[in-house]
Order: sequence, then C-alpha cells, then structure tokens
Amino acid sequence: MSVIVFVEDWNGSFKKASFEATSYAKRWAKMLDTQVIAVTGNSTSYPELHAYGADYIIQTPLAKTGMGIAEQLGQLCTDAQGVVIAGTALGKTIGPALAALYNGSLSTNTISLPLSTNPTEVKRGSFSSKGIETIALNGNLPIISFVPNSIGILEISGNGETDSQEIAGNDLMEITEVNIASGKVALPEAEAVVSAGRGLKGPENWGMIEELADVLGAATACSKPVSDIGWRPHSEHVGQTGIQVNPNLYIAIGISGAIQHLAGVSASKTIVVVNTDAEAPFFKAADYGIVGDAFEVIPKLVDALRAFKTAS
Amino acid sequence: MNTRTKFLWIYYACIVNYIPNHIPFMNILVCISHVPDTTAKINFTADGKTLDPNGIQFVINPYDEFGLTKALHLKEAYGGTITVINVGLAETEPTLRKALAIGGDKAVRINVNPEDAITVAKELKSHIETNSYDLIICGQESIDYNGQQVPAMIAAMLKLPFANACVGLTINNETAVATSEIDGGHATFQAQLPMIIGGKKGIVEEKDLRIPNMRGIMSARTKPLELLEPSVHDGATKSLNFEKPAPKPAVKMIDAANVDELVRLLHEEAKAI
Ligand SMILES: Cc1cc2nc3c(=O)[nH]c(=O)nc-3n(C[C@H](O)[C@H](O)[C@H](O)COP(=O)(O)OP(=O)(O)OC[C@H]3O[C@@H](n4cnc5c(N)ncnc54)[C@H](O)[C@@H]3O)c2cc1C
Ligand SMILES: Nc1ncnc2c1ncn2[C@@H]1O[C@H](COP(=O)(O)O)[C@@H](O)[C@H]1O
Repeated sequence: MSVIVFVEDWNGSFKKASFEATSYAKRWAKMLDTQVIAVTGNSTSYPELHAYGADYIIQTPLAKTGMGIAEQLGQLCTDAQGVVIAGTALGKTIGPALAALYNGSLSTNTISLPLSTNPTEVKRGSFSSKGIETIALNGNLPIISFVPNSIGILEISGNGETDSQEIAGNDLMEITEVNIASGKVALPEAEAVVSAGRGLKGPENWGMIEELADVLGAATACSKPVSDIGWRPHSEHVGQTGIQVNPNLYIAIGISGAIQHLAGVSASKTIVVVNTDAEAPFFKAADYGIVGDAFEVIPKLVDALRAFKTAS
Repeated sequence: MNTRTKFLWIYYACIVNYIPNHIPFMNILVCISHVPDTTAKINFTADGKTLDPNGIQFVINPYDEFGLTKALHLKEAYGGTITVINVGLAETEPTLRKALAIGGDKAVRINVNPEDAITVAKELKSHIETNSYDLIICGQESIDYNGQQVPAMIAAMLKLPFANACVGLTINNETAVATSEIDGGHATFQAQLPMIIGGKKGIVEEKDLRIPNMRGIMSARTKPLELLEPSVHDGATKSLNFEKPAPKPAVKMIDAANVDELVRLLHEEAKAI
C-alpha cells in the first residue's frame, strides 16, 4: 500500500515540479494513511526528496522515453493506491501510457489535491481554462497528473529508506538528438513569463523584452501571429493552441488579448498588461494595467525593477 | 500498408519502369476530435453536468487540422490513402465531412459518446488493429476537455512508437524521424513505421492549412463515410460537475509615468516579485 510518485530529473538535478509532485503525493498519502514511494532515475540528492515527503525511494536506471518509463512504473504499482506525475512534457506521455497499460484511471491537467479518496475526486482545468471540471477516478489505479505550479509545495518530511533496482522498459524508438536552450527558463514551468505580441512591430524590438525577462528571471513568450510570422520561435507561442502557462506573474506587452490567447494564460496568478489601446480586451483579464507605449514603458520598468532588486 | 497493396504498387511501378526509393504508398489514419470553435463562449447546463451546446459552433480540433494537412503533404509526396476517424455520435458528421472536403479520402465514425479517454482510445485501437495503417496522426490535445490522453493510450495499447507534441516529421522508406517539443527544447526520434504522433503546429505551418474549396465540398458529399458500432468498453473516469473559474477582480490601472507604483504593487500586494 502506497502512493507512488514519479520524480523526473533534469540534467542530474530535480525539477521544481518534481518536488511539487512529491509534496502532492505526501498530502494524498496522508489522506490515505499510507506511505510515499518515489521512483527516480537519479542516484543522488535523496535528502531533498525526503524533505518533501518521500518515505521510500526506488532508484532505477530509467528508460529514455515516456512509453518505456510508463512500463517500468507500472511494474512498481501492483499494490499502489495512487500515482502522482507532474504534467511536464515527459509526464504527459507517461500518465496516459501508464493508465492504458495497467488499467488505471487518469486525471490530466489536475489543479487540486484530491477532494475525496473513495473514489478519488479532483478538479481539473478544461475548455482551455474556461471551465473547471470535477471528475471521479473509478478505475483500480487512480493516476493524477497535475499542472506544474498549480498546487504549491509543502515540506512534510518522509522517512528515509532507499533501494536500487533494475526494471525493464522498452523505448520502441531511438533518440537521435536532444537540444535544450541553455540558460533560458523553460516556459511550461516558469514562475514568471514576459510575453509580447504584434504591438512590438518587429523582431528587432525584442531586446527590451529579453532584458525585462532577465531582470525577473522570467521565460519569454509571444502571441501566435508573432510566431507565425517568424519573429519568434514556435516554442514561445502561448495560448489555446500553443503552450499553456500558469506562472505567478504574466506580463503581456502589445498583445490585444484575443480569446484564444487568454485561454492559455488566464490561469496565471497575477497578470500585467501594457497596451497603447485603453480598449484592448486584455485589460479585462488583467490585475494591473498600463495604457502606454511599450517602447517608453518597458525600458522604464526594467530600470525600476533593477533598482528594486538592488535595494531588496 | 498491407502486403497486397504494396505488391500491386511495386508491380505497377515496374510496369511504368520506375521504382521509387521511398514508401510508394502510405495508408494514413487521422484521428479527429470535434470541438467548440476557439472563439466560443463556454457555458454549462444549469445542473453543471455538461457543456451547454447552445450557440456553439463545432469545428475540427485545431491540432488535428495541422495533422490532416501533414497527411495531405505526405500523400502528395508518396501517394496513399487518408482515412479520417472520429469516435462520436451523429452530430460529429459535419466535422468529418469537412475533413473530407479538405482532402481526406474516406471517413469512419464509431458510434459512441466519447465519455472518457480510455473509451475513445480502445475504440480507435480496435479499428487500427483491423486495418494496416503506416502512420496514425493524432493531435497533441483536444481543446475541449484538454485531455492529452488518447494518442499515448493507443500507442501504449498497440506497443507502437509515439512522438508527443510533435513539431516535425519526415518519412524515408519505413523509417520516420520525428521532432518533439520537450521542456525547454526539442528531441528528435527515429522509429520504424507504423508509429503514432500527437501533432501540433510545426508539423506543418499555419500558412499551409487548407480551407475547403467548392470542388472539395462537392466531392466530400460522395466520399464514403463508414459507420461502425462500438465494442462498448467501461470507462475509467466519470465527469461529475463543471463550474466556471471565479471572475477576476477589476483591473487596477497605473499611470504610464509611474512604473515605480507597479513595482510596489507587484511586490507588496500581489507578492509576485
Ligand atoms: C483557431 C485559432 C487559434 C488561435 N490560437 C491562438 C493562441 O494559441 N495564442 C494566441 O496568442 N493567439 C491565437 N489565435 C490568434 C488570436 O485570435 C489573435 O489573432 C492573436 O492573439 C493576436 O495577437 P496580438 O495580440 O499579438 O496581435 P494584435 O491583435 O494585432 O494586437 C496587437 C496589440 O498591440 C497593441 N499595440 C500596438 N502598438 C503598441 C505599442 N507601441 N505599445 C503597446 N501596445 C501596442 C495594440 O493596441 C493591440 O492591442 C488563434 C486564432 C485562431 C483562429
Ligand atoms: N473522440 C475522438 N475521436 C477521434 N479522435 C479523437 C477523439 N478524441 C481524441 N482524439 C484524438 O486524440 C487527440 C488528443 O485528444 P485528447 O486526448 O482528447 O486531448 C486529438 O487531437 C485527436 O487526434
């Protein structure tokens, strides 16, 4: 009896979403009066996992793809009461593959802790944040994949045992190349996002956007037309048909706030909008708004934030 | 592709004295979900149990539109057949017809209410097992329930290679090279066909998307739309209730000349910096 959590690592250290997952598992396990088993490919940093709630850690060389990892995880789940997976790019393949292989019932895009445990009920985002759905997980293995940064982290330490095992998992395909943009904050997990739209007039004007992101330790994003015209890479496109984000802070500059854009960003905790047009629909979805020209406001904001950072 | 079609094609290719060095004929399945238009105002029925479909226009899931266009590109390059499929009730047929008008060759509808992802995945799996597709194209996500589940489930059940968030795909002989978005970057995979992808913008570009023309619309009417009865599976999840997110409090406007005030509010009030 246990709650199993998959702990993803990132270049040898754990992702923040992994601690959030461990903490989620601990809180769920407390409701069930059971222990947390963390499964990881990483062979160091165990104390961190214990601090966030892992009672027992199984270290195993992981398969390279989500499919292979799902097969491995499933073999550890024979008497598990639940599984927690962070909704990262990898987690988004592992969750459904695990559910299909091992007769699980899965909630993706989950934004709450379990509301009840028998059956497991949770809230999840649907209709691109225009709706919140409550669902019951009726299968014999409830699996919860949550939106990173939507649950938060609580430190409740677990006991401290570890074990190494070899578990079989097939990848079915070969990875030939991996490119990670170095030194940049990854968008889906970012705590702050600076995003700009067609109001910026051209790609040459993104310097101030990157500067602002830099001061805030934020990821950069853009509206869909901006990536369609090729001013910015597709991987920065946020919205209903792009990456969905839910950072603590989302700053939208020169973006009108079309319904499809809002659908992917409205879950952000605090939204700041800078737009020359006082009637821009984005202001209705914002917490703070400035009617003004980005070319004047943003450099001033960068200076003000720098001053704030030095002072604090 | 089944052996017989392959054989016939090679035979034909020999006759015309030309044997192409790539797959000469691709049998492609494009899985289409039927979703509210992206501009739709979403409301739920008074009891909160389901979406209120009043006033909503349904469309091909945008991710699947990229997938369908990719299928057209592959067919144009290698020859082949494009089957579009939906698991859903009669109301989804206009969406399938639209996919035919854009260029699908035939459509299949499996007649069951797509209540949960595993139900849909099992129906699609049964269909895929009894037909020999070289490539199964799904979208990364349906924009209605935002499941991101169906394609990985089918891939797991059929033990087929799977590239999620796929933004690039090239086919050479029986080998596919797929590029996926991963957190903070990209990964490239090499797999033997058949494979499954969960596609998005990037497998083709926005400008490549096709709007059905009059000829397409006319010919779609006579293209086959096969109706299959479901094998009926138990679902694993049950939707209990929908609510709308709490409305935002009114926006606080700040003078453009006073960005220091914004910094103060972000720090003291929003605790965002
Ligand atoms: C099926 C479908 C899916 C879509 N999915 C998405 C999606 O996922 N994400 C997305 O973003 N869009 C999406 N869209 C597009 C969406 O409808 C809008 O067209 C798009 O979001 C507009 O981008 P924008 O705000 O950058 O540009 P615009 O609408 O052109 O707005 C530019 C804004 O900049 C302001 N501005 C101009 N100059 C300045 C200045 N100097 N300083 C400050 N402000 C200035 C203007 O007042 C205006 O509000 C989708 C559309 C469709 C049909
Ligand atoms: N009812 C359905 N019929 C056919 N294909 C579907 C259906 N639901 C989902 N899909 C496919 O699976 C993809 C991901 O959907 P989902 O798992 O619902 O987010 C979609 O883009 C479609 O390609």
